[in-house]
Amino acid sequence: MAILTKEEAKKIIDKVLSYSKADEMEVSIFGGKTGNIRYARNTVNTSGETNEIRLSVNSVFGKKVGSSSTNELDDASLKKVVARAEEIAMLAPENPEYMPMLGPQVYPETATFSSSTDKITPEFRANLASDSIQVSGGGNLTAAGYLEDFSGFTAMGNSKGQFGYNTSTSVDFSITVRTSDGTGSGYAIRDFNDVNLLNSKEVTSIAMQKAQASANAQAIEPGKYTVILEPTAAGDLLGLLTRGFDARSADEGRSYMSKKGGGTRIGEKLFDERVTIISDPFNTEIPTSPWDGDGLPKQKTTWVENGVVKNLAYSRYWAEKQGVKPLSSAGGRGFGGGGYIFSGGDESIADMIKSTERGVLVTRFWYIRAVDPQTLLFTGLTRDGTFYIENGQIKFPVKNFRFNESPIIMLNNIEAMGKPQRVGGSLIPPMKIRDFTFTSLSDAV
Amino acid sequence: MKRRDFIHLSGMGLGALATSGLVMMGNPVSAEQLLEPGMDPAAKKVLSDIALNAARSKGATYTDVRIGRYLRQNVSTREKNVQNISNSETFGVGIRVIANGTWGFSATSDVTPDGIKSCAETAVAIAKANSKLQKEPVVLAPESGHGEVTWNTPIKKNAMEIPVKDKIDLLLKVNNSAMENGAAFVNSALFVINEQKYFASTDGSYIDQDIHRIWPTFSVTAVNKGAGGFRSRQALSAPMGMGYEYLDGLAEDKIMNPAGFNSYRNSYDMVEDAINAAKHSKEKITAKSVIPGKYDLVLDPDHLGLTIHESVGHPLELDRVLGYEANYAGTSFATLDKWKSGDFKYGSDKVNIVADKTQPFSLGNTGYDDEGVKCKEWDLIKNGILVNYQAIRDQVKILGENESNGCAFADNWSSVQFQRMPNVSLKPGTEKLSSAEMIKNVEKGIYILGRGSYSIDQQRYNFQFGGQLFYEIKDGEITGMLEDVAYQSNTQEFWNSCTQICDKDDYKFFGSFNDGKGQPSQSSAVSHGSSTTRFDGVNVINTGRNI
Repeated sequence: MAILTKEEAKKIIDKVLSYSKADEMEVSIFGGKTGNIRYARNTVNTSGETNEIRLSVNSVFGKKVGSSSTNELDDASLKKVVARAEEIAMLAPENPEYMPMLGPQVYPETATFSSSTDKITPEFRANLASDSIQVSGGGNLTAAGYLEDFSGFTAMGNSKGQFGYNTSTSVDFSITVRTSDGTGSGYAIRDFNDVNLLNSKEVTSIAMQKAQASANAQAIEPGKYTVILEPTAAGDLLGLLTRGFDARSADEGRSYMSKKGGGTRIGEKLFDERVTIISDPFNTEIPTSPWDGDGLPKQKTTWVENGVVKNLAYSRYWAEKQGVKPLSSAGGRGFGGGGYIFSGGDESIADMIKSTERGVLVTRFWYIRAVDPQTLLFTGLTRDGTFYIENGQIKFPVKNFRFNESPIIMLNNIEAMGKPQRVGGSLIPPMKIRDFTFTSLSDAV
Repeated sequence: MKRRDFIHLSGMGLGALATSGLVMMGNPVSAEQLLEPGMDPAAKKVLSDIALNAARSKGATYTDVRIGRYLRQNVSTREKNVQNISNSETFGVGIRVIANGTWGFSATSDVTPDGIKSCAETAVAIAKANSKLQKEPVVLAPESGHGEVTWNTPIKKNAMEIPVKDKIDLLLKVNNSAMENGAAFVNSALFVINEQKYFASTDGSYIDQDIHRIWPTFSVTAVNKGAGGFRSRQALSAPMGMGYEYLDGLAEDKIMNPAGFNSYRNSYDMVEDAINAAKHSKEKITAKSVIPGKYDLVLDPDHLGLTIHESVGHPLELDRVLGYEANYAGTSFATLDKWKSGDFKYGSDKVNIVADKTQPFSLGNTGYDDEGVKCKEWDLIKNGILVNYQAIRDQVKILGENESNGCAFADNWSSVQFQRMPNVSLKPGTEKLSSAEMIKNVEKGIYILGRGSYSIDQQRYNFQFGGQLFYEIKDGEITGMLEDVAYQSNTQEFWNSCTQICDKDDYKFFGSFNDGKGQPSQSSAVSHGSSTTRFDGVNVINTGRNI
């Protein structure tokens, strides 16, 4: 019962709006079911399912905003939540950046909901875990994995006639397989809206292969290497870049998108000309919610074209201040998260390996942290499958490296790219990059 | 949209600083409601007994009940504006049982006799269902009940009682002071937490605890638009297990550090630190870029705490060592065979590291853990040798012990408790030594303060740490500020290069307010005490780049 229909949600929102005494009010309802199962050491540790529904109210007097929420939807509770939000608003200081609420908007449908994901049961999760343990747990391998699924809806409306409704589902599955002597470790991760696209046995077998192939890794000298980044590894770094697609921090002079002397770098060529980055909420592989945090409809947007910065996101407040049109960000989570489509190429990972004289194949990165926000320098480590390539062939597994690298520099050192695939809600290609900076070795497996 | 996305988006409209990275689990309430008394302990005892009896009648051999009311207040500002004030409350019960030798857990916000009975029965049903996949039955270390007891964080001023206006006035004064001293941007915030936790178990414990934590913090940024540079300096405060008295900024809690400005012990002068931060952020823009190489590092407690957290705290969590976190945070280099050998040299013989949840003012300070075990102090590393781990009731048998360390924690009534890091602290040196005296003997070194960039591998060997402030030491003197500094080392090599530790007069806490672990992830708060410490010949890299 956690998912309300559009009509049910609208009826409740209209009722709540009718209780308002504020200048402006907005109401949102979020409901859904989240399930998970976690296993480690070849046995299930935790599993659970949470159903919840929450109605939130923002009441506004002038530029004073008050918020309140409730998980009870009877009339008395709804009246109480409105009264409480209004009471808090009256006591709040003015928010000089407050923007008047939007009127009616047109939100086209996005394909974020899958009925098969919605129908996931505890038995489905237990069977998936059991299959994965059986496949990987025989012999000398140990599996640890996590599945989380969600099915739910959001609805919002305000006193100026805005209304939006969206249902969505998601499934995230990751697995680590380790050799029992602790010398090899492999990993694979997938995320989808539709659970039918998840082949957990195949994902498990990738992690198994990597665990076995990475056992007894050898040390090679850190330094600058040509690297082939599998989509998961490339996505780990490219996601850091898109967080900076924000006009305000660029205008304020505190972003890599800030121009020397003031302003933003829109119009500058920052990357290799093969780099094009767009977002498209209607892409069927990575559909996202149809509105952003400001309630603006999302639209297909080109952020970078042929290496040139084309757009940065403008919140409604910042757009008004700068005298431009607002432009919503891509993802569901502000400037981070998914929603981006990176241009790719037509080389497979096998092709990339074949053409590599000396290089390193990277499965994923780990513990990535910002070192210098001015240059977007990040540090982190390779993990769960790192291999040395020589004369077009994978020669042997290598010990993990620590890197210190900027995705901006990386996107100026592209050798080749492959077909993008879904990683963390974005479409990311495998990439071959020259002169990637590894600064030290790690003994971690 | 996933639940966490919804929470994040809801937060964005309300002010990004306060909520980014924080899971706001509660319902928004007014500041006055935070002061309303929660349910009476006698009523909680009645409800707990309903759960204990219901679970027992369904076949549970052990049950614990946690009735929790979690209150949070966050106030955040930016320059001259208040960005967000949020007050939230969440109240419910989590019930954990053992049935058929297997754990089961269920939670509900329906804290009524019927709701609790039904929740207890669900927990037993889950345990029985999961027992089909169980390979070996759970064995708990014995724990005699404590009867009806209470424990409260020893606060002087309940931060929830301080009017929101006073908090806003303080933060805006902080911002204004930084702007007057040359800052271009300031974000400041105050986070206050009160956990009212009631624990009952079939061992015969009924424990009522009132726990408080506070964290004032800011980020000050200076910008050179012409040259295209910007630098930030974060607050040198520590989140603490204290009340509003932490913001008294008492003279006796100020420590003049060798770089010539004040650090803070158990109370914090936020305005003074903001003025210093503005000056520092400007100075950082033009500071000399470090020449990479080997340096002797003199690490201030404001900085060293995070290094302790990452390179000692996490690798000695027994569940990590055993592989339960393999798919997420990782495992540990500190394997059981190293511990069993009895001679694994984690660090030099100067290194004595203790775990505890009893130090006053620390974030981890509680009377009892979330399994009803009385909190204590125990050795992790003694004279450089690895001697123990962090373990809870169902783990200590692996270490051949029959008493839990008392470090189980759940971040909410709706989360299941598991092993979490207690305070992990480096003991001060026993010989009289100040940080100024320590620096006098360093020929080529760097003095580092504050929490910066941090990254460590999944088994906790290789790490890289930055900081907030770096000062070059030449022939026993601080000669000026450095930038682009990060040090890389290996945990064992690093702790074995420890040559000197200042005495107890230099000891203070660093804290981590939101330490993540587990899937689904749970957040905990933990302190790390230390005195200024010297590490010799550590590899320093230059992190400057041109783009």
